[in-house]
Order: sequence, then structure tokens, then C-alpha cells
Amino acid sequence: MNMIAFSQTDIQSVIELQGVTKIYGTGQAAMHALRGIDLRIDEGEFVAVMGPSGSGKSTCMNILGCLDTPTAGVYEFKGIQVGKLDRNQRTRLRRFYLGFVFQGYNLLNRTSALENVELPLIYRGVPASVRRARALKTLETVGLKGWESHTPGELSGGQQQRVAIARAIVTDPAVLFADEPTGNLDTARSREIMDLLTGLNRDRGITIVMVTHEPDMAVYAKRVVRFLDGLVEKDEQNGRPT
Amino acid sequence: MLWNTVLLALREIKRNVMRSVLTILGIVIGVGAVITMVTIGGGATAQVKEQIASMGSNLLMVTPGKRLGPGQSSNTVLFKVSDGEAILRDVNSIAAVAPVSSKSIQAVFSNQNWSTQVTGSDNEYFRVTNRSIGKGRPFSDSELRNGAAVCIVGETVRKKLFGGQESLGGNIRLEKLSCQVIGILEPKGQNTMGMDQDDIVVIPLRTYQRRISGNQDVAMFQVSVQQGASTDKAQRDIRLLMRERRHLSRSDDDNFNVMDMKEIANMLAGTTQLLTALLSAVAAVSLLVGGIGIMNIMLVSVTERTREIGIRLAIGAFEREVLMQFLIEAVVLSSFGGLIGIVLSLTASLWLAGVLRVPFVFNGGIVVIAFLFSAAVGVIFGYFPALKAARLDPIEALRHE
Repeated sequence: MNMIAFSQTDIQSVIELQGVTKIYGTGQAAMHALRGIDLRIDEGEFVAVMGPSGSGKSTCMNILGCLDTPTAGVYEFKGIQVGKLDRNQRTRLRRFYLGFVFQGYNLLNRTSALENVELPLIYRGVPASVRRARALKTLETVGLKGWESHTPGELSGGQQQRVAIARAIVTDPAVLFADEPTGNLDTARSREIMDLLTGLNRDRGITIVMVTHEPDMAVYAKRVVRFLDGLVEKDEQNGRPT
Repeated sequence: MLWNTVLLALREIKRNVMRSVLTILGIVIGVGAVITMVTIGGGATAQVKEQIASMGSNLLMVTPGKRLGPGQSSNTVLFKVSDGEAILRDVNSIAAVAPVSSKSIQAVFSNQNWSTQVTGSDNEYFRVTNRSIGKGRPFSDSELRNGAAVCIVGETVRKKLFGGQESLGGNIRLEKLSCQVIGILEPKGQNTMGMDQDDIVVIPLRTYQRRISGNQDVAMFQVSVQQGASTDKAQRDIRLLMRERRHLSRSDDDNFNVMDMKEIANMLAGTTQLLTALLSAVAAVSLLVGGIGIMNIMLVSVTERTREIGIRLAIGAFEREVLMQFLIEAVVLSSFGGLIGIVLSLTASLWLAGVLRVPFVFNGGIVVIAFLFSAAVGVIFGYFPALKAARLDPIEALRHE
């Protein structure tokens, strides 16, 4: 097993992008999703990534989350050049440092909330008893105590998203990526989810990168990065006191 | 780590009951059909071979008419007892000659009746047909000479007419003839053509001629050739003798037929083998159909499973862990289905063998082949779509529609 050694020179920076581009297709049909992104995210930040559809915000987040690979440019995660890692090393990065919350929840069907939350711990090789205890505790954190044995089909959208958040944070990730986490939810449920994320950022120091197109949700973040046509259009700290 | 993967695989199997059951069913049908057909086919072939052996390879049948089967000319000249005596006397290396005339007759005992084959012959008949008398005695010389009203019955006839009662000494009625049972034949079961050889009543030929056929004719002779002697030569010699006795000129065709039972038996064995081959072909098709069934289930679930693979990859599963999980799932389902198929088919074969009265011949080779083939189909179609999905970038697998 090849472990990843992190450089200690720049402890503050978690994510650094330099001239990252992503092109889908080739030739005439080529679609430039990202046209050279420079972005730096420090530890403990809560960043909202905004922008219209097709502006490249989701693509950028997938690259940040090592779910996708950039066409060109440099992506450093805690000083490691992700582009130089192989597939398994990127998986290792996801396994130990990253958490994901998707718009469509992406829970395993016919699988209880508890087992869904346990899954990342299984891949980490956490012993069964510890795994169970941690999963139960995390479900409690997201307010799903008593719903552990329910499958996604038996849960509401908001509850499913909480399970997804529990699954993402049960491993205590360094960075939590959320792609439109409130996209399928009504306002009240959305607020609950945002309060949950804000709490995680504040109390547990988890760096959060959240893609959203709703300004109402972006106000929860400390910093807002706006994308337009594959480029960073605006990058500003939120006036909202924390 | 491997244990965790096994755990994940088993969880998936348990969760997707329908998919699992359908996969297993496909394999059960494939494996079961092949093993059952080949086992029963093999049993039938073995039975034919066994019967050839028990019949002896030295039996000749001399029948009147041009040839066996339809198309016998109307001017068929029947045999007389003297023809049989001549064969025994004039042809070398003949062990025994039994004159045989028979007819289907309703046999009656008290209020029971049973339609059976009544054969008029002598004690040589038992020798030639390789049968022995289990209870009672054979015909005495005086009974044969005088055409006494006595009979020796097969097990089936005894059971149908007498049931649990004592049969020896009982009188059964055959048309106008009332005859006393003096012997019971040792049971022999079905012959090569599926006829019950125990459904028989044997009476002295003289009795048959006088009381049943009302003439002096003999329908055919069964001849057994001495051990080690050539049946071909005996066949030839009998033919020449009969031509001479019947005064046939060179240009005349034979108006009788000398058949070697071995040839018939071998032909039947060949037919049975052909049948086994046919059944195997049918079985192979069912294996293929079962395989396609498995393939369909696996491929239909690919979309859902591709997303599952995407989720697993996204939350930190290695490609090899996901693949191992799918491999274990496929292997567990396939082996489980295969084992059920083997157990079911062997049970069915045992039962069918009993019903069809063929021996149960266990064919280990086909069990292994059927199992491996189905398992391979299950594993290949369970594993390769997964392999394709696991090689995608996680985000592509997640987006899969």
C-alpha cells in the first residue's frame, strides 16, 4: 500500500487549482466546461460555488472531489499533485479525506440507513462494533435517531439527504463536497440541511465546498465563488457574520 | 478486508431477492435439465446393454414369411414341429430349439381376468430365453406329449390373477382351456422393446395346438447356438436347411427369415444411444436458454448496478474491491443455483428411473460439466458488466442512466 505523504510547508491550503481546464469531446464537438480555473481553498472554509447551469461549477467540484480528472492544469490537495496520482491513490484520497453529498442522494437502494452510513467505514476497514457505534452516533447527529433501519424508499427526501450527509461525515473527512444538497428539497428542509452543514463547519472544523444555484443557500457560506462560462467570475467573502 | 467484501456481496444477494432468485432459477433449470436428461438417457442405454448381455448373443429366431414386419405375403407357409427337430438334428453347434406359438388371450381366475400372451412351447423355451422357474416345476415329458392342461405363469400374471393368494395348483381359464398352474417364472422385467416379459403364460405346445389354435402349426422357432460357436454360420446353415426342406429353387426367395437377436439388440442399443445424443442436445439447448436467462437478469440490472458501483467508488471503494464483491456475488449465486440444480436433477432422475424402470446411472462427468458451464455463464455475465462499470470515472458511473 502506497501511503500519501503530505507536505507540511503550507498547512493552511487544502485545495489549490492552477489553470485547470476540462474539455468534453474532441474536435468540432469539443465542449469546454472549464477554461482555466485558479482557486485556493483553505482549511475550515465554507465555500459556496454558484453560477448558472453549464458554467462549470459541478464539473469543477467533481474534479476537486477526485471523481473526475481535469484535461489540463494542476490540482494540489494538501500539497499533493492529484494529477500525478494513479487511480487507486485517488481512491485512497476519497476514502480517507473526502466526503460527498449529491443532489440525488445516491444512497444504496433497499439498504438501511445504518448500513448506508456504515459503508465508507467498511471500506476503511473499521471493525464492526466501532463501525456500528460511529454510524449510529452520526445518524443521531443528523437527527435521524430511530430511523436507522429504514431504507431510502421509506424515507423522505430530506431524510435521505441527511443519511447521505451522515454517510459523508461518518469518516470525519478533511473536506466535504456537496453538489446542490438542497436541490430536491423544499425551503424548510433546505434550511435544516444548511443549518446542519453550518454546524459541521463550525463545530467540527470540516472544510465544506458546496455547489448551489440558490442565493438563499449561498448566504450560509463564508465565501461565495461565482462561475461563468468555465471561469471564476467573482470570488468574495460573505458579509454575513459567523 | 476480503471478509468485508464477502459480507458486502452477501448483503447485496440478500437485498435483491428477486434478482438473486431469478439468477439461481436460470442456473437450476440449466443444470437440472442437462443432468436429468443425460442420466436418464444413460440409464436407458445401460439397460439395453444389460439386456443384450442377459439375452445372450447366441439367439436366432426363425420366422415364416419373407421378412419381419409388414408386407408378409399371404402364401406364408407355417412351420411344423418337425422343422425344429430337423434344425436340432441337422445343423451343427445348436444348443436348443424351442417351437413357439403364441396368442393374446384373456386369462381368468375366479372373478379376476387379465389379458396376457399365451405361449405354447416346451421346456427348451426356458433355456433358450434364459429364464428359470422360481417356484414349482417345469413341464413333465408326459404332459408335453399328451398336451396336458397345465401352465407356467409369469410374475405379472400371477399378481394380477392371484394377488396374495396361493397360485400353485390353481386353475386358470384360457378361452375354453382350463389349466392348472404348476410353476411360476422368475421375474425378468421389461425387455429391450419395453415389453413386460413377466406378462406371459406358457403351456405345452401340444396343448396350444389342440385347444387354442386348433392346428399343427408352429409360429416360429427360437434357436440358441452353442457357446463359442459362430451364430453367423448357424444362421447360414439353418437357412440352407429350410430352403431344402421347403423345396425352394435357386430363383426363389426365402419364404422364411432367420434373424440374429444380437443384431436387433445392437440396433436397439444404437437407437438408444442416438436418443441419448438427442436428449443431450436438447439438454444443451436448455443449458443455453438457462444461460441466456442468467445473462438477461445480469444485464438488465446493469444500470442500477452501475450506479451502485459509482456510489461505492465515490465513497472510497477500490476498483478491485468492487469487482471482488461482484465476483463473489456471481460465484455464490451460480454455485448455489448449480448445487440446487444438481440435487434436484439427481432426485428427479432417481424418481424417473423408478417410473420408467431404467437403472439409475450416475454420470459424474455431466454433473461437473453442467455445473461448470452454468457457473461460468453466471460469473461471466455477472462480472464483466461490472468490470466495465468499475473502470469508469466514478462520476460517469454515477450518471449512468
